[in-house]
Amino acid sequence: MSASFISATEAISHVTDGSTVALSGFGLAGQPLHLIDALCDSGASSLTIIANNAGNGETGLARLLGNKQVAKILCSFPRQQDSQIFDELYRSGKIELELVPQGTLAERIRAQGAGIGAFYTPTGVGTQLAIGKEVRAINGVDQVLEFATQIDVALVHGHIADQQGNVIYRKTARNFGPIMASAARYSVVEVSRVVPIGELDPESIVTPSIFVNAIVDCEVKYAN
Amino acid sequence: MQTEPLTKSEIAKRIASDIPSGSYVNLGIGLPTLVSNFIEPDSDIILHTENGMLGMGPEAIGNDIDLELINAGKIPVTELPGASYFHHADSFAMIRGGHIDICVLGAFQVSFAGDLANWHAGDPNDIPSVGGAMDLASGATETFVMMTLFDKSGKSKLVKECTAPLTAVNCVNRIYSDMAIIDISAGKIEVREVFGISEGELLDRIGMN
Repeated sequence: MSASFISATEAISHVTDGSTVALSGFGLAGQPLHLIDALCDSGASSLTIIANNAGNGETGLARLLGNKQVAKILCSFPRQQDSQIFDELYRSGKIELELVPQGTLAERIRAQGAGIGAFYTPTGVGTQLAIGKEVRAINGVDQVLEFATQIDVALVHGHIADQQGNVIYRKTARNFGPIMASAARYSVVEVSRVVPIGELDPESIVTPSIFVNAIVDCEVKYAN
Repeated sequence: MQTEPLTKSEIAKRIASDIPSGSYVNLGIGLPTLVSNFIEPDSDIILHTENGMLGMGPEAIGNDIDLELINAGKIPVTELPGASYFHHADSFAMIRGGHIDICVLGAFQVSFAGDLANWHAGDPNDIPSVGGAMDLASGATETFVMMTLFDKSGKSKLVKECTAPLTAVNCVNRIYSDMAIIDISAGKIEVREVFGISEGELLDRIGMN
């Protein structure tokens, strides 16, 4: 079945109170701003967010945090020059943070999409972030047991989709998009353009349509 | 003996000149990014940025700025011929899988055994942020540290045991600092070169004598 082509509001109806939602992006590059705006407008609350950072300025994820819709965030690098909204929520105890090394975060997401329950990684051994986790020596190297994420809905920023739902990305805005799309039980990709089937070279597809439930065409919004 | 400590640029230049041609290299955010200013265009050194790119070029200016082409410090950069883009799981497979030859990282502290503390100064009021530091420190084939050898109060950052939270254990191979270049191997330190200080005084100040 090809992906459905729907509005951001329709796509966001798959998020319910308490959902775990993954947001692509590294800082603002690749952050799905249109889908996040629709999520803000939906009022869905008590969310667990999985993202590399914890919001920049007052738009996108920062706006969602400011709306008090997020109970917990898993990320690798919350503190940034412009993460003031998260900083205040964290310091006043109004949000739970699970800090995860960036590569471990990526692999936990990849593992979910690949049907892997958990894996051992040398990253983090002997540090605060391995406290309470199983450590095992494999081929003489100590490694920490890390579990796959449990993402319900992924909101991803792509570049171009075809009408089948195949997606390509642009430069370093690709970052977490492909692995989040494959991991989530329901994956939505916002794109700046949708082209007829056949226009994207099959050899160049980054996210095949099997990983995509819905495409939100933002061409009009991007043009403005 | 050189009579003056090295400047930050001089440290960066030394690191760049010690990186073998053909290496895949990741430069940590902050001080280590200076190294890229001294990599010769014909050196065949390929820069990796963990947000998903190989073949990273210099910082972008003017019309070259593209907010979808940034480095790990979220600074707009450029793309060199032969560059490639990839997602985060592939990017960290390159790091963990031993495909990155050298990473250059900043540090709060390094222990004599090569333990690194560079992600959290230890102040409980700080918001903890780790990024890719743990993956890079433990995953890259060689880890170089670029730092000043003493903090502002004159205390050595090369210590018997780190007091700041660790990034990775036994991972640092070499320290490039303003006062000395120091190798760490099999839990032992070896001073290779000193700048503006005698080796004896240096060992005294880091508590080795």
